[in-house]
Amino acid sequence: MPSVAIRAQNFSHYFGARQTLKKINLDVLENEILGIIGPAGSGKSTFLRALNRLNDLVADSRVEGTLLVEGVDVYAANVSVVELRRRLGMVFATPVPLPRSIYENVAFGARMAGLRNKSALTDLVLDSLKKTALWEEVRDRLHSSALKLSGGQQQRLCIARILALKPRFILLDEPTSGLDPISTMKIEETLRQLKKDYTIILVTNNTKQAARVADRTAFFLNGDLIEVNETTKIFSAPSDQRTNDYISGRFG
Amino acid sequence: MATAGLWLFTVLTVLTLFFIIFFVLKKGLPVLSLKFLATNPEEMGRAGGIFSTIIGTIALTMTAILIAAPLGIGSAIYLSEYTRENWVTRVIRFGAECLAGIPSIIFGLFGFILFVTKLKFGWSILSGSLTLAFMILPTLIRTSEEAIRSVPYAYREVSYSLGSTKWQTVTRVVLPSALPGIVTGIILSVGRSIGETAAVIFTAGSALRLPTSVFSSSRTMSVHFYILAREGISMSNAYGTAAILILAILAMNLVTYAMMNRFMRRYC
Repeated sequence: MPSVAIRAQNFSHYFGARQTLKKINLDVLENEILGIIGPAGSGKSTFLRALNRLNDLVADSRVEGTLLVEGVDVYAANVSVVELRRRLGMVFATPVPLPRSIYENVAFGARMAGLRNKSALTDLVLDSLKKTALWEEVRDRLHSSALKLSGGQQQRLCIARILALKPRFILLDEPTSGLDPISTMKIEETLRQLKKDYTIILVTNNTKQAARVADRTAFFLNGDLIEVNETTKIFSAPSDQRTNDYISGRFG
Repeated sequence: MATAGLWLFTVLTVLTLFFIIFFVLKKGLPVLSLKFLATNPEEMGRAGGIFSTIIGTIALTMTAILIAAPLGIGSAIYLSEYTRENWVTRVIRFGAECLAGIPSIIFGLFGFILFVTKLKFGWSILSGSLTLAFMILPTLIRTSEEAIRSVPYAYREVSYSLGSTKWQTVTRVVLPSALPGIVTGIILSVGRSIGETAAVIFTAGSALRLPTSVFSSSRTMSVHFYILAREGISMSNAYGTAAILILAILAMNLVTYAMMNRFMRRYC
């Protein structure tokens, strides 16, 4: 039995009076890809952003219950949010390269953490780019603007950028929603490669994508976790009628 | 029809601009020479050049910007990044906007009473630049704040998600992206400072000597032009001064434009 990396216990989240997550109980296992599916507004992104406390940026965001990452309560008073975010790298729906070079984008996190040594930085950048297979495509223009890359390349750059943080987890928030099928395929392949070193949570509005890459899949609906199980079971014999309706495209 | 009308307005605007520049240069250029630039005024400006007023203008404007830019950009950062929108920020913003609408001669009077007499700085570059700083502060805050707010929210999110602190996010991500807008605000302010006459005459005085410290009284080019023309001392030297003023502002805009262009090409 693989060990539990993230555990949500009766975890609820509110934006003001609106409850966006309702007493979620969910385990994420080490070195798995957990897919989270559900229609828009089901709370799947909020759950992801609760993990690295990115919801904190929004006024009147509030939580109840506990959320343990490697046994430590994320919302405990003595937790360093900066450290936490380095451990849980996040990739957003639209690729957002910062307006600087490819090299500087990848080096950004390490620079913020205080790494100054030039050769160490370069090693880190090359290593991270190679892991996302972007290296071959950008090796001769590392110092040109990251904004000139194609959408798919930008998204892989964003993955390389968080790999450079040396995180334990990779959180992906609909990472391929704006990409073409070939770019999507490349990213999915990258995720399969990364699984052996990282624990991955993949929020997706594309149920087929969850079926393709996730080991286990969780289905969220209106802030509730309806069910979570092996991906094959979810897609062949879901235990809840609503899951069945959603994956067969009857709503959402 | 609408197109033709709007085209006409645009052409009128551009023509007016060129007419002013052409008129001033036509009258001023014949006076210009290296000697005009490099020698101090003599006989109240009837003879000699405008060297001391060039230095006075540069000193006054630079000091004003050095005082106002940190204050203005700092306030803009505070207003946009460190507070949430509430009645205090609204009062600050409303106050700044009102300040921007106050006639410059009132700033001059205020500066005269506060800096020249009350704080005993006398007619000096210090009094003048402090007054100018107050005058350009609202513009600086306004333009900087708009520039900072126009930085995509996603940049901030990405920065935080990569483990940056708030300070790092502001200084390494937000400010560099807002820089073109902030610099535009600074240029506007420099232009306004260079062109200001009323507030400067009251606070920096109109001494024709070369200033030796921030406590020296000094005459700027705009003030020089005003006095030469108003008192009928020398119209040709007045236009010479005006021509230099216009050329300086043109040159400054061109240089900044080129610099920004280079900066944008490098990072965006």
